[in-house]
Amino acid sequence: MDRLALDVAHLFAGGLVLVSFMLLYQDRIFGLLNIFALHALVVSVSVAWQAYIQQAPHLYITATIALVVKAFVIPVALHRIIVRLGIHREIDPVVGIGQTMLAGIGLVALSIMVMLPIAAEAGTLVREDLAFALSVVLLGLLMMISRHNAVSQVIGFMSIENGLILAATGAKGMPLVVEISVAFSILVALIVIGVFLFRIRERFDTVDVSTLDQYRGGRP
Amino acid sequence: MSEPGSLVVGAILAVPAASAALLALLPDDRTSARLNISATFLTLVAALALFVERPSPGPYLIVDDLNIAFVVLNTFVGFTTSVFSGSYIAHELETGRLTPTYLRFYHAMYQTLMFAMNLALLSNNVGLMWVAVELATLTTVLMVGIYRTHAALEAAWKYFLLGSVGIALALFGTILVYLAARSVVGEGLDAMAWNVLVERAAAFDPALLNLSFVFLLLGYGTKVGLAPLHAWLPDAHAEGPTPISAVLSGLLLNVALFAVLRFKAVMSANSGALAPGPLMVSLGLLSVVFASFMLYRRHDIKRMFAYSSIEHMGIITFAFGMGGPLANFAGLLHMTLHSLTKSAIFFCVGHIAQVKGTQQMADIRGLTVSHPVLGWSLVLGVVAIVGLPPMGIFMSEFLIVTSTFAREPVLAVVLGLSLLVALGALLLRLNGLAFGEPLGSQQPATASFVPVFAHLGLVFAAGIWLPPALVTWFQHVASRLS
Repeated sequence: MDRLALDVAHLFAGGLVLVSFMLLYQDRIFGLLNIFALHALVVSVSVAWQAYIQQAPHLYITATIALVVKAFVIPVALHRIIVRLGIHREIDPVVGIGQTMLAGIGLVALSIMVMLPIAAEAGTLVREDLAFALSVVLLGLLMMISRHNAVSQVIGFMSIENGLILAATGAKGMPLVVEISVAFSILVALIVIGVFLFRIRERFDTVDVSTLDQYRGGRP
Repeated sequence: MSEPGSLVVGAILAVPAASAALLALLPDDRTSARLNISATFLTLVAALALFVERPSPGPYLIVDDLNIAFVVLNTFVGFTTSVFSGSYIAHELETGRLTPTYLRFYHAMYQTLMFAMNLALLSNNVGLMWVAVELATLTTVLMVGIYRTHAALEAAWKYFLLGSVGIALALFGTILVYLAARSVVGEGLDAMAWNVLVERAAAFDPALLNLSFVFLLLGYGTKVGLAPLHAWLPDAHAEGPTPISAVLSGLLLNVALFAVLRFKAVMSANSGALAPGPLMVSLGLLSVVFASFMLYRRHDIKRMFAYSSIEHMGIITFAFGMGGPLANFAGLLHMTLHSLTKSAIFFCVGHIAQVKGTQQMADIRGLTVSHPVLGWSLVLGVVAIVGLPPMGIFMSEFLIVTSTFAREPVLAVVLGLSLLVALGALLLRLNGLAFGEPLGSQQPATASFVPVFAHLGLVFAAGIWLPPALVTWFQHVASRLS
């Protein structure tokens, strides 16, 4: 594999980590949606590049799914839901933005320190890709725990999935399972949006999960 | 692949899948409950046929000694639960907690869940196994939220978030396993086939395997309900329909544990890799200690038995983590008996909650007086689950504790004490529930006792006399595991 192909692949994977950071500091719901669309776009481009350099045409399908569903359909659908429910207000984070960003930097450092030595045998492309993918997964987890809002949590989860797609496509020649799992993650996303947001709306008039937390089952 | 064998495996998967589609289309609730029962019965028959005919492993599916035991247990409890579900759901319709539309959805989801669990148990491809576990998670999330109450939605949301994070970690681990295998086995399907992985694991890169196991253990461990990743479990058990609590405790937790066992086998085959045992022992022991103390503070009856499930999954994980023929044997036995006992308890609890109209233990008293059959079944179930003789769980717990004493006395003391703490908590609560002046509604229960009696009868029989064929089978599996 020539040097340029590698560098471009790393550029996209690194770009994805950067967009994950941008997700972390969004304080408005619509801004969050736009950045998530960008996140999905970067994943899609990155997967397409992998398909090109690995000469694995089936990965183009994964790239197209990511592009169409995650970069367009889901953000647009969420946008409409939010407008209809009238919940487009600011996101109040559990932890301050500054601390979240610092924690995020720590997580990226951690994943690079863990991954680079361990995956040394697996080849240069895979090694860096895995380090970046793990960073994206950990940043997504961080986002899920540092936001109370249901929309942010769904987006955090979907960004974790993007990280997993990055890892799976970086692992050269991984069988058809990638496609199945991508189809499944889309299903999850749709079910979440379709079922949960509406149900939550029906019952509580808000999608702020902290109002759910006031309930403590089983304790009088 | 031998022809009849693959037909059998095909039936185990196709029957639930086809009935899920059929049940989604059928509007009538009477027929659909019956259809649900017959479908699970057919699946059970197909699973039993595996003893006679078994296919040779393919790239996607495999049948070996270990998963036959799991599949038969899975389909058996699936069948008895569908019988219980028939009478439970009829009552829910009468009281209006469920509408016919939701019922149709419920039955379709029940069969989808059975399909997903059987697929997870039978899959040879670790990626396919992951997809199946994800499908099972998804269906149970939807069923937990089916009552659409405040509490049910919160439980479903919590379960969804924690479950999918666990599933995501497990996928990352699966990708790492593939990477470790790729350099040895080569690209393609073989590098994800479990039987190939185990055979050639000795040559894999140990560092990659170690990292992958950490992710897999945390990921699937979330689904097993191991502390500190258990937070979803009590809510999901308490707020969903009771047949689902029975299936969750009795089966789905086992399926997740089965996934961990599959990867443990890969780890053990590589001498350079981290020993998976101590990790499982510590998570298991932590769950036992934690859950047994938490049992004291429960007020909701289903929530209490959910904590007891955490405790027992901890015991089973502990036993498999200790390893060796004896501990593995005890772990298998304990898993089987726990599935039977816990689902029987949930059958009783479901009827009790319906009769009394509450799940709060403070409002339930004197069951043996007001509802003798239901009350005494619950007493028997709790006596079994806390591990008192002559019930079967006494034997498996005794085996686990004594085999641990010989190797790690300190751990055995901790485990034994926690078991006693849990016993105290459950008996204390049982005393209030079952005896004394009856409280609340005294109307007779319209219950189906056959599943309860069948399960408790089996657990009792296992405590008295284990069939030699079963013992040989479990011993064989246990020696394969270690």
